[in-house]
Amino acid sequence: MLHRLRFIPGRLIQSIPVAFGVTLIVFFMARLLPGNPALALLGQRATPESVAALSKQLGLNTPIWEQYFGFLGRIFQGNLGTSITYQQPVTSLLAQAIPVTMSLLGLALLFSLVISIPLAALAAFRPGGARDLGVRAFTLLGQGMPQFWLGIMLILLLAVGLRAFPVGGYGNSAGDHLYYLFLPALTLAITMCPTIIRSLRSSMIDVLESEYVGTAKSKGSYGAALFRGHVLRNAAIPTVSVIGVNLGFLVGGSLVIEKVFALPGLGSMMINAIFTRDFPTIQGVTLFVALFVVVVGILTDVVYTMLDPRVNFGAKEQS
Amino acid sequence: METPLLSVKSLTIGIRRSKSADTIIVDDLSFDIQRGERFGIVGESGSGKSLTLRAIADLLPKGVEVLSGSIRYNGAELIGMPTVQRRRLMGPEIAMIFQEPMTALNPVIRVGDQIAEGPRRYLGLSKKAAMALAIEMMAKTGIPDPARRARAYPHELSGGLRQRIMIAMALSCGPKLLLCDEPTTALDVTVQHQVLKVLEKLCDDSGAALAFVTHDLAVVNQTCTDLAVMYAGHIIESGKVKSVFHDPRHPYTKGLLDSAPDFDQPERDLVPIPGFPPNLAARTSGCPFAPRCVFAVEACTVAMPPTMEVAPGHNAACIESQHIFEGVTV
Amino acid sequence: MTTPTAALVSFKERRRAVRSRSIKPWYRNGSLMAGIIIVGLLVLVAVLAPVLAPYDPVAQHLTNALASPNAAHWLGTDKFGRDVLSRLIWGAQVDLRVGFLAVLIPFVVGSVLGAIAGYFGGWLDTVLMRIVDIFFAFPFYVMVIVLVFIFGSGEASIYIAIAAVSWVSYARIVRGEVLIAKKQDYVVAARLGGMSHARILVRHIGPNVLSQAIIYGMSDIVMDIMAIVTLGYLGLGINPPTAEWGSMINDGQEFITTLWQQATIPGLVVVITSLGLSWLGDGLSDLLSPERRK
Repeated sequence: MLHRLRFIPGRLIQSIPVAFGVTLIVFFMARLLPGNPALALLGQRATPESVAALSKQLGLNTPIWEQYFGFLGRIFQGNLGTSITYQQPVTSLLAQAIPVTMSLLGLALLFSLVISIPLAALAAFRPGGARDLGVRAFTLLGQGMPQFWLGIMLILLLAVGLRAFPVGGYGNSAGDHLYYLFLPALTLAITMCPTIIRSLRSSMIDVLESEYVGTAKSKGSYGAALFRGHVLRNAAIPTVSVIGVNLGFLVGGSLVIEKVFALPGLGSMMINAIFTRDFPTIQGVTLFVALFVVVVGILTDVVYTMLDPRVNFGAKEQS
Repeated sequence: METPLLSVKSLTIGIRRSKSADTIIVDDLSFDIQRGERFGIVGESGSGKSLTLRAIADLLPKGVEVLSGSIRYNGAELIGMPTVQRRRLMGPEIAMIFQEPMTALNPVIRVGDQIAEGPRRYLGLSKKAAMALAIEMMAKTGIPDPARRARAYPHELSGGLRQRIMIAMALSCGPKLLLCDEPTTALDVTVQHQVLKVLEKLCDDSGAALAFVTHDLAVVNQTCTDLAVMYAGHIIESGKVKSVFHDPRHPYTKGLLDSAPDFDQPERDLVPIPGFPPNLAARTSGCPFAPRCVFAVEACTVAMPPTMEVAPGHNAACIESQHIFEGVTV
Repeated sequence: MTTPTAALVSFKERRRAVRSRSIKPWYRNGSLMAGIIIVGLLVLVAVLAPVLAPYDPVAQHLTNALASPNAAHWLGTDKFGRDVLSRLIWGAQVDLRVGFLAVLIPFVVGSVLGAIAGYFGGWLDTVLMRIVDIFFAFPFYVMVIVLVFIFGSGEASIYIAIAAVSWVSYARIVRGEVLIAKKQDYVVAARLGGMSHARILVRHIGPNVLSQAIIYGMSDIVMDIMAIVTLGYLGLGINPPTAEWGSMINDGQEFITTLWQQATIPGLVVVITSLGLSWLGDGLSDLLSPERRK
């Protein structure tokens, strides 16, 4: 098993140019504007002090490439600038927000798997049947709903109507956090499900028709054991890459959902920063999120390789 | 008389249609397999031989079903038996070997674990003991270094080794009946021979009966004691291999033998059968072989000829059989 | 809800599903007809908004704020006393217009770049695809929100932001299709016959590849409408007081416990719109998929 993971260093090296590209885009975001970027970023109502502070942060009086390398150098030192609103290092704000967003993402991913796997199996078992159509209706609706609206509807039904969940906020203890994260995670999961179900359903149909499932049946396997042993893992392989690609979507969605449920994560941080025109904070969140997506891409490859012995990313490099 | 191990009666397989007549692929098929017998089913692709085998194993493809008839295993009716009960027979009673070992083995599970799956379920073995049995079975099929190979994934093995894995898997629970669906077709000729030898030997050792589907007459000659020749969903001739090979009584069987190379008479010319197998949708009421048959008479196109015993234990479904092969004129 | 990547993946699966479907005349195609009817009605409502809407969507009547649904105001009034139904109708105009227009720039830019990368290959392809990879690292909403921030809120910024994000998907799809088309015999034959690259791209590869981009474009419209509505909800979209569904949901969320319909109904309209567009897209892909033309 381990020898097949030897591709990881190579894969890491491969993603270095992409990571640099990401920093380049984040860097140039601020320079897309004409005139003094600091003034443009902060808006007309900005005080001269904050303009001066941001100009200094951005190093605006040096050549552009020097500014970029300065920016890169600061990133490597773990310095993402100072939040204009909070007058705190962006990294320490990130450190507070990241656990919230990551817990939300983790829980949402868990929920979407818990919902998707049985539904996909139900649909794949008899394609075109009544259950398949029901599942398809669910995926169509799930795809057609704006995430934030679904969140509001769940608040209306489960928090306001049934009083089963809090309307928003994050609570104070770990148990509280889980309780407060339930609805937002469910919201994200429902909108994430359609993509997973669609992918799982079609790969399950393929697997169920495959000869090796026939072999498993000829060994006397049936029902849940057959599903667990010979269908799920094989069908999961293509879905892993679908999920990997869509985690980026989940991250984007979580930003909006945090706003709906007043969760103190990256999304709230970013959206508040937009209204206070706190550019270093926006830049910090954007950079973190994009690098996170790059890392997720690598993790996806690792999981994929562990699930499918036929793949050998390492072999490509060696040949 | 002892109940046969497997008894197929009037088995009809096809696709059920709601708006038009059902498409029939295997029509009113009957045969018995006795304990320890080696029964070959020969036919061209599309003759329904593989579907017959799959019907016995409850592995018919989606949409295709048993329309009528009976399959009895050891006296117990399989058609209509609940899936759970039927699957319990698969492994310790009936096992199957498929044509293409690459697609028949699960690509993401180590072959040792795939072999051990059945023994763990049926023989109640621990993980370790089941793996030991798997390795033992692999050794019996002649796989060198089985302990190491057991940790391999299917794609890491050659075709011949994969088919040996299939054999080890099928025989791991000691089945009484082994269904083989063209088990050597996907292999190189030299490997084919070795794999057949292994299969024969292991069946001899365990006393398992064999139902062997193939299009290759030479393979039947080597492996089987009895055979049935299928054409367009019908058994048109059956009997002891020797009897049928030396004295074919159906023009199609004769044609098959004439069109296959014979190593005993290498100088003999190969004679192809003219025409093509019939389209399933355009089935006529008469003998399905009639359009290609040089001996066909008008009566052939009217009704399917009845199966007649042409020699002891040797049956053929041809009304002209006696005229053609014995020179008898009425 | 769809994103570039989610749509890209599901798009491939949908195409696969479509292939197995039987061939029917276009008017017998259920999803196409459902899509045409829903989208047609919505476009009609949008166009006829000045006639259909009972009130001025932006006129404030603070004395009559937060009215429950009644005979005069079927869906009640918002916190500024504006008629919710009228805002819903005028909102169709804004959301549909922006949704459709936002697709155009990324469609053209992405398709052209994808076609060039796929056709010529080599270092050009490598560089373009690396750039695509980099853009893919930014989640749709993160990128759109940042760009809207940079360019300020308003319709023009939305077009720029969406274009900057979603050209990537068109580039990937078209590149993939061109790579396939390039190997087809008729293209090879045209090349051997001395036809210029430009002519081959436009005459031979273009028509086959474009239909896939158009099919994707349909799901992209859904995505863009979602993006506009989301931006409106976050207060980053079309500037107030213009009626727009997302900002209506935002306005309504405050009063969710008393006037639930104010946040619920605009959302339902978005759901219906996206269903209609999805069905239209499915139907179109039935019509346009090359398998059908054979």
